[in-house]
Amino acid sequence: MKQVFAALLSGLAFALMVPGVALAQDGPLRIEITEGVIEPLPYAVPDFVAESAGAQQLAQQIARVVADDLTGTGLFREVPREAHISQITSFGSPVQFADWKAINAQALVTGAVSEEGGRVVVKFRVWDVFAGTELGQGMQFAGTPEGWRRMAHKVADQVYSRITGESGYFDSRVVFVSESGPKDQRAKRLAVMDYDGANVQYLTGSNALVLAPRFSEDGQRVLYTSYETGMPRVHVLEVGTVQSRILQGQDGVMSFAPRFAPNGQTVVYSLTQGSNTDIWAMDIASGGTRQLTSAPSIETAPSYSPDGSQIVFESDRSGTQQLYVMSASGGEARRISFGQGRYSTPVWSPRGDMIAFTKQNAGRFHIGVMRTDGSEERLLTASFLDEGPTWAPNGRVIMFARETQGAQGSSSLYTVDISGRNLKRVRTPEGASDPSWGPLQ
Amino acid sequence: MRLIAKLTVLVAVLALSACTNPNRFDNEPVDLNAATGQAGGIVPGSVNDPSSPAYFQQTVGDRVLFAVDQSTLSPEARATLDGQVQWLMTNTDYNAVIEGHADEQGTRAYNLALGARRANAVMEYLVAQGIPANRLRFVSYGKERPIEICSEESCYAKNRRAVTIISAGLTS
Repeated sequence: MKQVFAALLSGLAFALMVPGVALAQDGPLRIEITEGVIEPLPYAVPDFVAESAGAQQLAQQIARVVADDLTGTGLFREVPREAHISQITSFGSPVQFADWKAINAQALVTGAVSEEGGRVVVKFRVWDVFAGTELGQGMQFAGTPEGWRRMAHKVADQVYSRITGESGYFDSRVVFVSESGPKDQRAKRLAVMDYDGANVQYLTGSNALVLAPRFSEDGQRVLYTSYETGMPRVHVLEVGTVQSRILQGQDGVMSFAPRFAPNGQTVVYSLTQGSNTDIWAMDIASGGTRQLTSAPSIETAPSYSPDGSQIVFESDRSGTQQLYVMSASGGEARRISFGQGRYSTPVWSPRGDMIAFTKQNAGRFHIGVMRTDGSEERLLTASFLDEGPTWAPNGRVIMFARETQGAQGSSSLYTVDISGRNLKRVRTPEGASDPSWGPLQ
Repeated sequence: MRLIAKLTVLVAVLALSACTNPNRFDNEPVDLNAATGQAGGIVPGSVNDPSSPAYFQQTVGDRVLFAVDQSTLSPEARATLDGQVQWLMTNTDYNAVIEGHADEQGTRAYNLALGARRANAVMEYLVAQGIPANRLRFVSYGKERPIEICSEESCYAKNRRAVTIISAGLTS
């Protein structure tokens, strides 16, 4: 029974970079890495079994979303259904492991769906085919028919976490700016979607320019910048009611680039008075503010460490944009970026160990990551214009916006592994920018 | 038998009503003209009337351009602004909003701050030449409102601008 394995999720270089991430998990499945390139783990997801009349379509759709989630990580490879020898016709029947071994499916996900009175129940099990055992325990989720995609994401999160030992990120949402119209007449409105681009809902109209929404840690509120009053001002919006209000309404100043503290009670943002832009913090409940930087240079794009004790931000005090870390209460800042080019839009990872950023160098834009002391910088992407990284809730994947060049240029969202692999476009109904990835639900 | 593992049922009822009011704005008309920042749009008055905003825009010159990443005023820019000062001195019924802009080669937040620097460079110059500060306001659009859309320096040079928008009436 006992096998040897290491559920390595990333390349060797990266394993060194982030100790503890390339964790070895005692489990019967493994994801192999050869010379820094992942060999995706082959798995099978047959259609889930419909256990009630009319659940057939849902049973198929849910299995497909589970497969899309898993395959989309780049860590798993689905064995095509045409190759399946066994069919799963009953959730409770014994699995014919030999049939799945024969097609080299190392993991098998089986499930069943029933629908009754507007309530959908999804059951699933994960099997280690070569060990001939169940991985973890069977589980079930219940919800409404409209929520079927969430249930599928929940199943996929379980499969991902049982095989990798890390929490998943599929049942999560992203708030972003939906864009339409040509470059010189672009209309922008806030929208929220599932992490995979499904279920887009608009949160504001496009009559006022809106920028850079940011989720609170619980995903219930969104900070953003709106020109509704003519000046860019920080607003806060309740996602549930779609009600918003101005947070920073001081006359004659601009406020933008807001972000919540992990406690959800403090907001950090940039305030422009005259030609000078500094970083301020505001207590949401009392409205009390505090100035955190006071240099004549531009200080913007603040982001808290997950423990709330520090803030990383960008400043051009040295002459070009660079990254700095200071205490959450302000004061002396320590520069952490020293490579060629300019660095901006730093975002602290949810694990606390890394900072993602935008880098401009030699006419190109990159999304990159570095340790919080600035060491071990690694660029993940390169293009005409990549900007504004945001972390998946498990810290394994980064989403960002990519704008294409030229008069017809438009913006789209992409994801990339922090290993630099698996660059993928996220499908959105219109152009999209400024993503902010919310929590695992 | 091992394969017929007992199914441990863990029920998790999902709160699936994520948004109580989805797609509320789906049918809202897009009125781009409602937004400012559309420098170069229609302004009132005749170009032949020296006291009209149209004359200010087209004859005096409503904008100055900046070098990459810079907010310092060139001699040409100062000459244009001297004309703006003269016009504003004469036409005291008008106020002005100075819009700062950046080209697309930069990140969004930084360009907002950079546009503010540019707008304020203009504002400070106008005030230094005698225009009362309470007649002037500024706003930055960063890289959000380009007037030229190619991704070349010829377009970028025109987008790195500060535009003085004349607004009618005395306001606080």
